[in-house]
Amino acid sequence: MTAAPQSTRNAQSGAPALAVQGLSRAFGHVRALREVSFTLGRGEVLAVFGPNGAGKTTLLRILAGLLRPDAGSVALDGAPLVRGDAAQRRRLGLISHASLCYDGLTAAENLEFYGRLYELPDPRARAREALAGVALADRADTLTWSMSRGMLQRLAIARALLHEPDIVLLDEPFTGLDQHAAAGLREQLARLRSARRSVVLVTHNLEEGLDLATHVAIQVGGRFAHCAPRQGGVAEYRERYAHLTAGA
Amino acid sequence: MLRQAWLIAAKDLRLEFRSRTAFLSSLVFTALVLAIFNFARDPTVLSGTDLAPGILWITFCFAGLLGLNRAFALERENRTLDGLLLAPVDRSALYLGKAIANLVFVGTVEAVALPLFAIFFNVPLWPVLGPLLGIVALATVGFVAIGTLLSAIAVNTRFAELMLPVLMLPFLVPPITGAVQLTARVFAARPLAELSGWLRLLVAYDVVVVVAALLVFEYTLDE
Amino acid sequence: MTPIEQAQRALERSRILTLIALGLLGTVYVRAIWFTPVEAIQGPAQKIFYIHAPSAWSAFLAVVVVGLCSVLYLMLRDARIDRLAASSAEVGTVFTTAVLITGPIWGKPIWGAWWTWDARLTSTLFLWFILVGYLVLRSAVREPRQRARFAAVLGILGMLLVPFIHLSVKMFRTLHPQPVVMNPEGPTLPGQMLATLLFSFAVFTVLYAGLTWQRYAQSALEDARGDARAEGAR
Repeated sequence: MTAAPQSTRNAQSGAPALAVQGLSRAFGHVRALREVSFTLGRGEVLAVFGPNGAGKTTLLRILAGLLRPDAGSVALDGAPLVRGDAAQRRRLGLISHASLCYDGLTAAENLEFYGRLYELPDPRARAREALAGVALADRADTLTWSMSRGMLQRLAIARALLHEPDIVLLDEPFTGLDQHAAAGLREQLARLRSARRSVVLVTHNLEEGLDLATHVAIQVGGRFAHCAPRQGGVAEYRERYAHLTAGA
Repeated sequence: MLRQAWLIAAKDLRLEFRSRTAFLSSLVFTALVLAIFNFARDPTVLSGTDLAPGILWITFCFAGLLGLNRAFALERENRTLDGLLLAPVDRSALYLGKAIANLVFVGTVEAVALPLFAIFFNVPLWPVLGPLLGIVALATVGFVAIGTLLSAIAVNTRFAELMLPVLMLPFLVPPITGAVQLTARVFAARPLAELSGWLRLLVAYDVVVVVAALLVFEYTLDE
Repeated sequence: MTPIEQAQRALERSRILTLIALGLLGTVYVRAIWFTPVEAIQGPAQKIFYIHAPSAWSAFLAVVVVGLCSVLYLMLRDARIDRLAASSAEVGTVFTTAVLITGPIWGKPIWGAWWTWDARLTSTLFLWFILVGYLVLRSAVREPRQRARFAAVLGILGMLLVPFIHLSVKMFRTLHPQPVVMNPEGPTLPGQMLATLLFSFAVFTVLYAGLTWQRYAQSALEDARGDARAEGAR
């Protein structure tokens, strides 16, 4: 993986899973994202650290196709990301700190609904399977509004991975999770990595994201101040992070 | 696309049916408005049938306006709108699904309001029920079509409950005027020829609004 | 030239145009009051027509510009197009208000009442509501791109609504005196009056252009200053 512009690649097997080039986006006078570029291959996990307001969420929303960039491009397996493309949407999954689930529906109903939207075969079975995968099988008929934060996060994970996306985007997923739930999430992410999915994990918490990452980026003021394969431990990165965010 | 629209509408209706809050509130509100209208007129001077069409349609308007913001407001909780936009769902299907859910909601409120109206104002509905239902259907489609679209915009503003009526009321002039005129003529048992002008207006309005809404809806979504 | 300097120069120039238009407006008043004959049936009150009708024309121009800009913005996504739409809407509201004020002033001595729900004025009233709704929506959305998008959607819908309102109101009732200029048999105003009227139309067109340009330049200046401030803060 490199931070510099990628040379031309074959759009077939040679292309990286996710290729981002010169992405920029402003909101009014605020330049939330400034020429961010990177590539990500299969089985690679990019952890993006940065203080609040660094533009991390904006980056994820553009990758998810929810936001349009002012400049730059995003490519999935060499093909440019087109916001209306249903096939591309099936390959993307987003885990946000909001659950994206309906309070008034049960866990199973939420997953079945999304299963039908994604046109999965036998949505009901798939939903039960997904719930079992996040240890929520016994809560299948619980209404979402009555679930704890940890349970809700597990449901959100089940929802996001229901259609088995190739590229998983996570926005501050550890927020509000206790030890137990956080460990569960880490386990899920490790499983994704070994299943050769590509993951972009955005967080302001160095400890949580570092051990899973294969690549690390530090985003400050909309830019990638650092972007390279992971080398070294938490201490080194903490120092680097402090140094880069000192001026901001 | 229709399948997805129906999926979304069914989900909305299931949610609404479970909590019933918005629906029951709308019903109570409708009954209250009808009751208050009784004090707004002098029954010895004007017969019920003169004011009746106006009263009916203003009541429908108010009750409908309150219910329309529901559709997109519910997608703000837990950011479920993101969930819908991430899925391979056609944007028009999203609009259609919301519009259908709104149509069922408003239609059900109207179904309860109509008999209540007949009772409160002593208006004989049975002889004109067929044509009346047709007029109600026509006007409601236009009302819901434009209201669903405008509420997609309004829920993003700070005072959504106030913004929607401000934006929507000018758009209600053609359908409501038409509906009141047609209702009055139907009550007075006027021949079909007298209704044709207003009928054509309503139909044309409905067609234009639905087509425009389908085309323009995607621009109301975040980008 | 920096964007701020550009905007400042545009603002100065547009102010000149507006001043010229206002000057011409003054001559319209003079001509209308002293050099145009008094109409036989309606009396001196009729003279407000020379302000009333051209105001309606300017309002119409403004609305057409808003509608066109709305469509163009959604296609091209250029912030300048949105700025023009906003400026035109504000100026249009001013002219529509002028129509709604001059209408009753003209009508009171002739019809005996300030407001009679006559077809044209009622349509104009709803046009006013649409324009004000447009401005209210703009003020309620903070993020510029979202604001432009929402405004453009409303602009397009509003444009589609106008003919329907016109039809509904007309079918509901008609009281307005026969159109005296846009008449298939030819204008029914005698020479002098027609000349004053046409002159007034031209002046109001220039006035619309001047005011809209001025508002546009002012808005551009504000944006340029805001951008500079944001850059300086980094």
